[in-house]
Amino acid sequence: MAGVAGSPALAEQENNLPPNVPEWMKAPGDPMGSQPYGTPSVHEKGVVKNISKTLPQYISASGRTPLQELDGIITPNGLFYERHHGGVPTIDPAEHRLMLHGMVDRPLVFTMEDIRRFPSQSRIHFLECSGNPVYTKPYGKTASDLVGLLSCAEWTGVPLKTVLDEAGLQPGAKWIVAEGADAAALTRSIPIEKCLDDAMLVYSQNGERLRPQQGYPLRLLLPGFEGNMNVKWLRRLKVTAEPAYSREETSKYTDPMPDGTSREFTFYMEAKSIITRPSGGQKLTTHGFHEITGIAWSGHGKITSVEISLDEGKSWQQAELQEPVLTRALTRFRLPWHWDGTPAVIQSRAIDETGYTQPTLAELVKVRGLNSFYHNNAIWPWRIDANGEVTNAQA
Amino acid sequence: MPRRNLKAAFVVGAIAMLAAAAQADDRYGIGRPATPAEIAGWNIDIGRDGSNLPPGSGSVERGRTVFAEQCAACHGDNGQGGVGDRLVGGQGTLASPKPIRTVGSYWPYASTLFDYIRRAMPQNAPQSLSNEDVYAVSAYILSLNGVVPANAVLDAKSLAAVKMPNRDGFVSDPRPDVHNH
Repeated sequence: MAGVAGSPALAEQENNLPPNVPEWMKAPGDPMGSQPYGTPSVHEKGVVKNISKTLPQYISASGRTPLQELDGIITPNGLFYERHHGGVPTIDPAEHRLMLHGMVDRPLVFTMEDIRRFPSQSRIHFLECSGNPVYTKPYGKTASDLVGLLSCAEWTGVPLKTVLDEAGLQPGAKWIVAEGADAAALTRSIPIEKCLDDAMLVYSQNGERLRPQQGYPLRLLLPGFEGNMNVKWLRRLKVTAEPAYSREETSKYTDPMPDGTSREFTFYMEAKSIITRPSGGQKLTTHGFHEITGIAWSGHGKITSVEISLDEGKSWQQAELQEPVLTRALTRFRLPWHWDGTPAVIQSRAIDETGYTQPTLAELVKVRGLNSFYHNNAIWPWRIDANGEVTNAQA
Repeated sequence: MPRRNLKAAFVVGAIAMLAAAAQADDRYGIGRPATPAEIAGWNIDIGRDGSNLPPGSGSVERGRTVFAEQCAACHGDNGQGGVGDRLVGGQGTLASPKPIRTVGSYWPYASTLFDYIRRAMPQNAPQSLSNEDVYAVSAYILSLNGVVPANAVLDAKSLAAVKMPNRDGFVSDPRPDVHNH
C-alpha cells in the first residue's frame, strides 16, 4: 500500500513496524477479567450481521451471516443468521416447558432439566433459510447479500426419537406439529420419518447454550430441511395423522410456479455452493497467487465434489475439499489460483452424494419461473475486472 | 476395594439397570404426565377440516369494528396491505407474471385464518382477542374477499364449510426438478 511519506499517521504506524518495538509490547495489556465474556478484537468491529436498514419492520425479519468474512465451516454464535416471525422472546428456562401430546400413549411435559437428562449427542449441521435468495433482481452484491441466510454450528441435544419413544407413538402417527413459544407461536408440521431419523431437540450451539435468536432454551433441529421448520423456542410437539396446514406452510413457505400452482411441503435444501473469497465487494490488490475458497452444502447429505470454473463456465476443475466433510454440514473448498490481471468470471458448483449438481440460475428459472421465491440454489458467478474489483456477474 | 470387586459391582449394577429399563419398556422415566387441562390450554391448533375450532361465533359486522381497531394500522383500512401483508384481492393473478397472494387468492383453508389470527395477531398483542372476535375478524376478511357474504356470521361449523378459491392450487414437491447432468 502506498502511503504519504512524512504524515503523522504513517510515522505512528512505522513506530510499530520492524525494526522498532511495537507499543503493545512496551506495557502490560488488559488484565484477566477485563472481559468476562470475550468479544472479538476492536479491529474486527466491521464483522457483524448483515441487516438491511430499510426493512418495512423488524419484528418479522431476517439478518444475514457475513459469509465472506469467515473461515472454516463453523459460524460464530454471534454471527449466526436470524429469522424470526414475532421478535426474539426472552424466556426463563426455569419457566419453559415442552409438551408432547397427540397420538402418543403417554402425553408428557418436560422441564429443561428433564430434556438435558436424556442421553445427548453433538452434531455439526448447517441451517439455511428457504428464501436465500429470491429469483428476482436486484441481486445481492456480496456473498452475504446472496446466501447469507446460512450458517453452520455444532449442535448438542437429544435425538427427537429418544423423546418420542418416552411417550410412545401410536399407530397412524404420520406428522408432528411443532410450535414455538414466541409471539408468532410459529407452527410447522414435520413428517414422522424425519422425526424418527436425524431430528434433534437442541439446547446448545457451539458449546454454549443456544442464543436467544436461535431459540433459547430449546429448538428443533431438522438437518437439511428449510430453516423455518427448525422451530425455535420449542414448547409443543403434537403427534398427528396429518399436517396442521398452518399459515407458515400454506400461505408462506410454499413455492409458486408459473402455471399458478404452488408446491407445498418443500422441505429439503438442495446442493449449493458459493465462492466467498474472492467475492462481491472485495478487491484483488495484487497480481499473482490468490486462493479461491468458499463453502458448499446439501440438505441431501455429503458434498462429494465442488467444481470451479475460471472462464465463465466453459471449463471446470476440481476444488480441494477440507476435512471434515460431514453430512448436511458446510464443507470448505479451495483452489490455488494465479491471477494475471485479465478480467475473469469465477464460479463454483456443488455435487452431493445423490449425484445432484448445483444448477445455474437460468436452469432453475426455466423450470420454476421467477416468482418461486424459495429454494433458489443457483450458482452465483463473480466477475473480476482488470482493477481487481469483484462484483456479482449476474447483476 | 480391590479393582476386580469394583468391576464386578459395576457389572451387577449395570445388569440391574438394564433389567429396570426393560421393565419400563426401555423408557428413561423422564418427564411427567401432561394433564388434560394443560393440553387444552396449549393445544390451539385448528385442523384444515375445522377440528378443534372453539365454541362461539362472530359476524362480518362485528369484524369490521375489530379490524378497524386491531388490524387496519398494519394491513390497511380495507386489507390492502401496509407494514403487514395484503389480505384482499389478487384472485386470478397467480398464473400471471405478477401474482398477488392474499387470503382470498392464495390461502387454501379458511380454518387456517382463524388459527393464525388467534395465535399470532395482532402482532403487538397475540392471543389477546376473544374467540368471538377471531371469528368476527375472520368473517370480515373473508367477506372483503367475496368468499362469504356481507351478512355472514361464522362459527365452527360454518367456518369449516367455507371453500377457499385456491383450495386445489397446491402440488407436492417434485424436486429434484432440474436435470442438468
